[in-house]
Amino acid sequence: MAYLIEIKSLSASYENNVVLQNIDFKVNENDFIGVIGPNGGGKTTLLKVILGLIRPSAGSIVFNSDLISANTIGYLPQISTGDNNYPVTVTDVILSGMMIRKKIITRMSASDKKRAAEVIDELGLAAMAHSSLNELSGGQLQRVFLGRAIIGNPVLLLLDEPGNFVDSTFENDFYEKLKDLNKRMAILMVSHDIGMISSHVKSYACVNRNLRYHPSSEISNEQLLAYGCPIQLITHGEVPHTVLRSHSLDGR
Amino acid sequence: MEGNILQYEFIVKGLLGAVFASITAGLVGTYIVSRRMVFLSGGITHASFGGIGIGYFLGINPVLGAAIFGILSALGVEYLSVRQKIREDSAIGILWAFGMATGIIFIYLTPGYAPNLMGYLFGSILTVTYADIIALGIMSVLLTFYFAAFYRTILYISYDETFARTYSSYVDTFKYITTSLVALTIVLNIRMAGVVLVLSLLTIPPNIAMILTRVYSKIIILSILAGFIGTAAGYIISYFLGVPVGATIIFTLVILWVMVKLLNYLMRYFKRPDTNNQSPITSHQ
Repeated sequence: MAYLIEIKSLSASYENNVVLQNIDFKVNENDFIGVIGPNGGGKTTLLKVILGLIRPSAGSIVFNSDLISANTIGYLPQISTGDNNYPVTVTDVILSGMMIRKKIITRMSASDKKRAAEVIDELGLAAMAHSSLNELSGGQLQRVFLGRAIIGNPVLLLLDEPGNFVDSTFENDFYEKLKDLNKRMAILMVSHDIGMISSHVKSYACVNRNLRYHPSSEISNEQLLAYGCPIQLITHGEVPHTVLRSHSLDGR
Repeated sequence: MEGNILQYEFIVKGLLGAVFASITAGLVGTYIVSRRMVFLSGGITHASFGGIGIGYFLGINPVLGAAIFGILSALGVEYLSVRQKIREDSAIGILWAFGMATGIIFIYLTPGYAPNLMGYLFGSILTVTYADIIALGIMSVLLTFYFAAFYRTILYISYDETFARTYSSYVDTFKYITTSLVALTIVLNIRMAGVVLVLSLLTIPPNIAMILTRVYSKIIILSILAGFIGTAAGYIISYFLGVPVGATIIFTLVILWVMVKLLNYLMRYFKRPDTNNQSPITSHQ
């Protein structure tokens, strides 16, 4: 299977704080990789480096130019990166995802608009197609951004904690949708919800300053150690859980 | 006879000025209001006053001095905010006062006849030349082509810059070009409304438009329309009452804003029982 991107001995840092160190990683066609790890471990940074939003301090990313370029990746950010009070409609925001297929001078064609209407329908947003963003709930907003990420049919889709706003009624649909999308694009999904994603992803990358890749979807003890704390429960569904620090770390 | 010529000139300048001012202010105003750049634009406006003072002192066209000062300060603030090295609002505050101080110092240092300071501060149709009108006309054409050709690009960069950076490498270039056009538009409109009032000429029309629609292209068109009503009515009122044009325009625009706001409120109030209405302009309930 052909590779899409190859990351070679890559490091990234904010000011003097090294977040990723000497990472080697490959994403192939049709991959569905769950990216897990603790807060501040560098998961989001990894996505931003791939997108070109953050420059690596060392190493490189090679794009397989036959299949993909740095400007043609679909991206769902963890939090809204735009101004939610901006005068822009749901349809316009979703259409902006088509820009990965466009030149600088851009007209959206009738077929682009038809495609936007289809995506809006699929995501259950038809009633809000002409609403502005400040009229939407958090979950609806997240679906708009998912629409923006997928409308351009990217070869690689980066999702940063998509489960954050997905409510339980939409959850199953959402993962079914991803499974369907995975037939035509590789997906890299950052998530905290290890239990939920374990039944969907094909492989794992554990990111905690370094990166360890696990080619199977089974969770090993080593993967859980990336969290740096004991994890008691991995579960499907909505079982409430708390992760407590171990007593030896309390300093008493 | 001479009175007729003066009257004719006043009407022609006033009408053309109103058309071009509302086109430039409507396009640029929509951009700065939706991108929350109003304070930055205030900084650019007042910084350009420094250019006016230096222009007088050196004996060059003050508008040229203002244009250079305005564009340089706009690019400077945009560059610093891209680099995120400074607190943007503080930098703008300093720039704002520095521009005014420089302007005043150089105007007072200029030997001989003191120029019409009030005209630059509050605008005066009497000091507007045909060259000013032509410059505004060229700016209207330039901005119309720019916004028409790059509509989506401008809209998406100003809505979500971070996302735009994921698919394009020309985000900064676009920001610099658009900001320069903003500065130039402000400077050319200073002749109409003055340093103190020009910002309102840019910001009130989009705020009137946004009461009625949230669609960017419609905001632009309605802003131009509102701007034209405000400027044209302002001219006529100022002519008959013999009060300064700039102040009358702003006054008229604010009255228009209050009226639209009130009408919109009343229409919603009376339409409420009818749940099945989908008004063509109000895209939201």
